[in-house]
Amino acid sequence: MTNSASGDLGRRLYRDMFRIRRFEERIKTMYHLREMRSPPHLCMGHEAVAVGVCATLDTQDVVYPYYRSHGWYLAKGGDLKAMMAELFGRETGCSRGWGGSMHLIDLAAGVMGTSAIVAGTISHAAGAAMTFRMRGQDSVAVAVFGDGATEEGVFHETMNFAALRKLPVIFVCENNLYATNTHIRDRQAQTEVYRHAERFGIPGVQADGNDVLAVHTEAARAVERARRGEGPTLIEFHTYRFLEHCGVNEDHDLGYRSYEEVEAWRVQDPVERGRRFATDAEQTRMAGEIEAELDRACDHARSAPWPTSLMLQGAAR
Amino acid sequence: MKFREAVRDATMQAMERDPSVFLIGVGIIDPRAVWGTLTGALDKFGPDRVVEGPLAENALTGVCVGAATLGMRPILVHHRIDFVLLTMDQLMNHAAKWKPMFGGQQSVPMVVRAVVGRGWGNGPQHTQSHHALFSHVPGIKTVVPSNPRDAKGLLLAAIEDDDPVVYIEHRWLHEDEAEVPTDYFTTPLGRAVVVRPGRDVTIVAAGPMVSEALKAAHALEATGIGAEVIDLRTLRPLDTDTVVRSVTRTGRLVVADPDWAPCGIAGEVIARVAEQALDVLRARPVRVTWPDSAVPSSQAIEPLFYPGAREIQAAAVRTCEGRAGERLVVSTVKDFHGPF
Repeated sequence: MTNSASGDLGRRLYRDMFRIRRFEERIKTMYHLREMRSPPHLCMGHEAVAVGVCATLDTQDVVYPYYRSHGWYLAKGGDLKAMMAELFGRETGCSRGWGGSMHLIDLAAGVMGTSAIVAGTISHAAGAAMTFRMRGQDSVAVAVFGDGATEEGVFHETMNFAALRKLPVIFVCENNLYATNTHIRDRQAQTEVYRHAERFGIPGVQADGNDVLAVHTEAARAVERARRGEGPTLIEFHTYRFLEHCGVNEDHDLGYRSYEEVEAWRVQDPVERGRRFATDAEQTRMAGEIEAELDRACDHARSAPWPTSLMLQGAAR
Repeated sequence: MKFREAVRDATMQAMERDPSVFLIGVGIIDPRAVWGTLTGALDKFGPDRVVEGPLAENALTGVCVGAATLGMRPILVHHRIDFVLLTMDQLMNHAAKWKPMFGGQQSVPMVVRAVVGRGWGNGPQHTQSHHALFSHVPGIKTVVPSNPRDAKGLLLAAIEDDDPVVYIEHRWLHEDEAEVPTDYFTTPLGRAVVVRPGRDVTIVAAGPMVSEALKAAHALEATGIGAEVIDLRTLRPLDTDTVVRSVTRTGRLVVADPDWAPCGIAGEVIARVAEQALDVLRARPVRVTWPDSAVPSSQAIEPLFYPGAREIQAAAVRTCEGRAGERLVVSTVKDFHGPF
C-alpha cells in the first residue's frame, strides 16, 4: 500500500469509527427524553472491529451481526437515517418500527438482520455462504458475535458445518470479556476463543480489536481466503465495552469490574487511537458533517409516521 | 402410489422445477433414504443439493434460515419430529420472526419435514406429535397430510409457500397406498376438506385419525347416524369456516386429534366453534386424543395407548345421545416390522 493510499484508508476508517461514536453519543444524550424507547446495547469501545472488517468487504458481501450492532450497521453502509427512525419506533425505520435497536437490517447494504438471541445469526451466515457457493457467486458472509456466543452449541455446530464444507464465511468474535456482567473466566474453562478453530481444522487468529488497521489486516486475510474457496477463519478481536451492557450509562456502581480496568481500556479507545489518521482540520470538518447528518436524522425521525397496527391482525388464523 | 413414494415424487418434482429447492438434514444420504422418501435424490441432484448435515439440528435450521432469506427454498428433513425440539431457537425465535421483526422485508420460504414415529415400540422420544407446539406460534404454518395424494399436494404447496412450513408425516401412514396424480399439483394450505358428508355429527380429524374417523363414520351409518368427516390437512392456518359450516348443519362435534389434549388443536377447534357458533351446538363437543402420558414402548400396552375408530365412534354416539348403536368397530391395527 502506498503512503497516500494508506492515508486515505486511515482517514476513512477513522471517519467511520467517529461517526458510529457520535451516533451512539447522540443516543446517550437523548435517551432520557423518552423519544427512543428501544433498549440500546451501545458498542462504544468496539467500533474498530466493525469498521476494520467492513472495510475489507464489497457491497454484495453480507454481515450477520447481533444485538450490539449500531456499529456494524453503519460500517457496512446501512442507512443512518433509517436506523435513527427505527430507534424512534417510526414507520420509516430500517425495520419499519418492528425491530428496534436489537433488530437492524439494510438489505441493500448487506446487513442481513440482527438477532437478540445470543449466537442467533451465526448459522444464518453459513446458510448465506452456502447459497453463494450454490449460485457460483464469490461473495462472502461474516458472522459476528460476542465471547458469550462461543459458549452456545450452535457456534460449534456451525463452525463444524462451515469447515466441513469449506464455506466462504468469516467468524468474527468481539471478545469484550463480559457476557452481560459475568467475566469470561467465570464462564469458560479455556478462555482463548480463537483456539476453537483448531478443533475444526481452520485458521484461528487473535488480534487487537481496538487497532483498526490490525483488524483490517486480519479481516482482509480471512476474506481473501474465503473468496479463494479455502473456507472459513475464526478471528478473535480483543476489545472492551465502555458503558453498561444495555443502556446509556457507566456501570461502576455494579462492581463487577473495577474502575481501573475500565480506565485502562479507555486509554486504548479505538476512536482516539484513530485520530492519528486525520489532521485537526479534517477532524473538525468531519465532526461538523456528522453532527449535521445526525441532526437531520433526528428531525426526520421525529416527524416520521408511526407504523400502522394493521400487521397485528396478521395472518394468524 | 404409497404415501412415502408421494413424498419422494413431490420432492423430486420440486427440485427438477426449481433450482433454488434443496434438501438438507441429518442422515439423508443414508442408503435407506429416510424410509425411501428420498430414494435416488442424491444420485440425481448430487451432494450440493442433497446436503448431508452433521448432527447439528439447530445450526442446520439456521443455515436454512440464512439460505431462505437469500431466496433459496430449503427442505430440512428430520427422521423424527422429536429432534425438531433441538431446533426450537432457530424455528421459533428466528424463522418465525424474520418476517415481522423487519417489517415484512424478508420471508423465510423453508420446509421442515418431520416424521412421527409410531410403529414398532419406539417409545416416549420417537413418537410424539408436537403439531400443537408449532401451531402455537405466529409465523409458522403446520401441515399434517392424512393420505398419499395430500402428502404430495401439500408438500408441493409447502415448498412453494413463502413462510416456514412444518410438514408433519406419520410413519404410520408411510405404507398407505392410493391414487396420486403423477403431474405436478398443489393442495392449498389452510383449507380443510369434507371427506365424507353426513347430517348428524361432524367429526374433525387430522393425520392418521382421518382414516379412523372414516371407519367410524361407516360403522355409525349402520346404526343410523350420519357422520360428516373433515380432514383439517393444515393446522395453521386452521380452516375454521369449513368446520363451523359443518357444525352449523349437524349441531354435534367430535375432534379426533393424534396428540395430547391440553392446549392442543382439538381444544382450539372446539374453542373456535364455541366462539363463532355456540348456539348451534346441540350436545357437548368431545375430544378424542391421546392419554395424558408418554407413549409406552411395550407391545402389550402400546396398542392400548392410541385411540382410533372405536373411540371416535363411541364419542360420536355420545354426542347423539338416545340414538346409540351397541356394536363398536375395531380400530386399525397395522403389521409393522422392525428394526424401526
